[in-house]
Amino acid sequence: MSEPEIAARVRDIIEPLTVLEGPAMPMLHAVQAEFRCVPEAAVPVLAETLNRSRAEIRGLISFYHDFRDTPPGRTVLKLCRAEACQSRGGEALAAEAQAALGVGWGETTPDGAITLEPVYCLGLCAAAPCGMVNDRPVARLDRARLAALTEARS
Amino acid sequence: MTRLFLPRDALAVAVGADELAGAIARACPDVPLVRTGSRGMAWLEPLLEVETPEGRIGYGPVQAADLPGLLAAGLLRGGAHERRIGRPEAHPFLARQTRITFQRCGLTDPLSLDDYRAHSGLAGLRRAIGMGAETVLAEVAASGLRGRGGAGFPTGIKWRTVAGAQAPRKYIVCNADEGDSGTFADRMVMEGDPFLLIEGMAIAGIAVGATQGYVYLRSEYPGAIEILSDAIRVARREGMLGRAILGSAHAFDMEVRVGAGAYVCGEETSLLDSLEGKRGQVRAKPPLPAIEGLFGMPTVVNNVLTLAAIPDILAAGGAAYAAHGFGKSRGTMPVQLAGNIQHGGLFEVPFGITLGELVHEIGGGTASGRPVRAVQVGGPLGAYFPPALFDTPFDYESFAARDGLIGHGGIVVFDDTVDMAKMARFAMAFCAIESCGKCTPCRLGSTRGVEVIDRMVAGVPGQKQLLEDLCETMKFGSLCALGGFTPYPVLSALRYFPEDFTPGVRREAA
Ligand SMILES: Cc1cc2nc3c(=O)[nH]c(=O)nc-3n(C[C@H](O)[C@H](O)[C@H](O)COP(=O)(O)O)c2cc1C
Ligand code: SF4
Ligand code: FES
Repeated sequence: MSEPEIAARVRDIIEPLTVLEGPAMPMLHAVQAEFRCVPEAAVPVLAETLNRSRAEIRGLISFYHDFRDTPPGRTVLKLCRAEACQSRGGEALAAEAQAALGVGWGETTPDGAITLEPVYCLGLCAAAPCGMVNDRPVARLDRARLAALTEARS
Repeated sequence: MTRLFLPRDALAVAVGADELAGAIARACPDVPLVRTGSRGMAWLEPLLEVETPEGRIGYGPVQAADLPGLLAAGLLRGGAHERRIGRPEAHPFLARQTRITFQRCGLTDPLSLDDYRAHSGLAGLRRAIGMGAETVLAEVAASGLRGRGGAGFPTGIKWRTVAGAQAPRKYIVCNADEGDSGTFADRMVMEGDPFLLIEGMAIAGIAVGATQGYVYLRSEYPGAIEILSDAIRVARREGMLGRAILGSAHAFDMEVRVGAGAYVCGEETSLLDSLEGKRGQVRAKPPLPAIEGLFGMPTVVNNVLTLAAIPDILAAGGAAYAAHGFGKSRGTMPVQLAGNIQHGGLFEVPFGITLGELVHEIGGGTASGRPVRAVQVGGPLGAYFPPALFDTPFDYESFAARDGLIGHGGIVVFDDTVDMAKMARFAMAFCAIESCGKCTPCRLGSTRGVEVIDRMVAGVPGQKQLLEDLCETMKFGSLCALGGFTPYPVLSALRYFPEDFTPGVRREAA
């Protein structure tokens, strides 16, 4: 998509949300749901619609861990690094995942298949260690389950 | 026709409930399968239940691959099988609880308002409508309910302040950011009994004169977002929300708003800024949100569990709720047992049970079978306690007296392989990652803290004093509890497990 096309699409996506009180976060989520990131071409449209400066919009994107300015790999694998998961060997498992994928936190495999990200608690702490594959929660992770997740390239 | 019941709760899904549901649909397409919330016995998930003349019989944990064997053993009649646990209510883990907030969770279809009504739902809202705002406020005050989000502020006082404020609009904001490691009770309510939260918010609206509510729900909970949003639509359709709730003169509606992965947005003023579409930075108080909250209007900000306790307080009366508990901590607490624990999950009890009872008797000690070395209570800002402090009663004041906090009620257990210097370092690192950046002691002090701990463990002299001084600065120079309470896990680790900070003595990463 060209930049004007992106801008037009963004306008369509956020228009229905202008009726909300405090629409900025819902708009950012909606844009990211469409493009898997908030593309630079969306920033001026958001700024204009929300009557805020572009710097303010970029400030929002950078403040919140969820918002990205470039799309992630086809699958996002999040592994929980918080205390309850650490108590069940989460860190060692994460190290294995990094070795198996050949990436560090926040990086994407060269084939664009998987982005590995840290997350701090998924509320599955009674079945640790845990993670999330795109929007699907996974728990009681061990080597075998993790290997199945990291090998399943979509 | 016999029905089967299987949780749709995120934890159950994360360990195979959806695959099992698929297998059931293929193997016995005629048997109705009700997707419920979770009973909260995490080690038994996925817990499959079947309706029999003796009541519901549970089997767990069940994987899709176990289904043929279970069917052969007579699953649909409650037949004998090694995974059969009998009636879940009779299981010691459930039988020992006092379930008020969690009375329906795991039993009912979360999206069936008929089911909700049939299990005593809406009684509180009906009574609230009948008695009017002033009496509702009196009942909440009489219950002694304190905020379950962490700070333990009396809910009755907060509501009274908002009720007394004059403004063109007021708001009810539910804090469903549940960022503390080791906690999941908010999620279980929203996924397992969402009408309870909706009912609590509607009652809050009546009490303070607010007609609009928002639930600020963390993005890490896609299941809860979906179920609660669906429940709100059902509630609107059936007149539980809208211009005339339950046919009364009261209007109330609500929306789910999704967070974006910032821990600090659980802090109430940061949450309000985020709802307004700003960076989630903490506001200086005063003004209190009760006076100038969302969009500058008087706002009740309450945790999910606080609001979910309200319907029963209204249905049974504040005094009945206050009859449970210990000291100034009235009612029940949905305790969350997590980490390296054999029997983890949701355990709702009156305040006053000891930490040791929770970890050993209820939780069955560690999952690894090794000795318990430390527990962290109250999330990433909570202190680490050694077993020597297991006589501490679970209540706000008893924990505070020992430099701890109960926070949102999460207990994370660690066995003897834990490296407490590493946990202290993590507390500082987490603060650095999640700091909103407003105050220097939090933003820079936390990064300094990581470095000091690294040097200490490497044997550089003089670091202990530095770390203690740094913690003092953070405690007193931070605007909110992220910077202000991070010293608690750090200093408790240092105090109770000094050997882990001493090179030569410490066991290098087990
Ligand atoms: C860093 C930080 C994170 C917090 N996270 C949460 C949270 O996730 N959920 C919550 O209910 N309260 C959280 N709180 C407490 C809220 O600021 C506030 O006290 C609470 O929402 C009030 O509701 P309650 O009185 O019902 O507990 C947090 C506080 C701080 C300082
Ligand atoms: S203590 Fe930290 S998180 Fe809290 S207001 Fe200050 S900088 Fe922000
Ligand atoms: S700590 Fe990992 S899911 Fe809660």
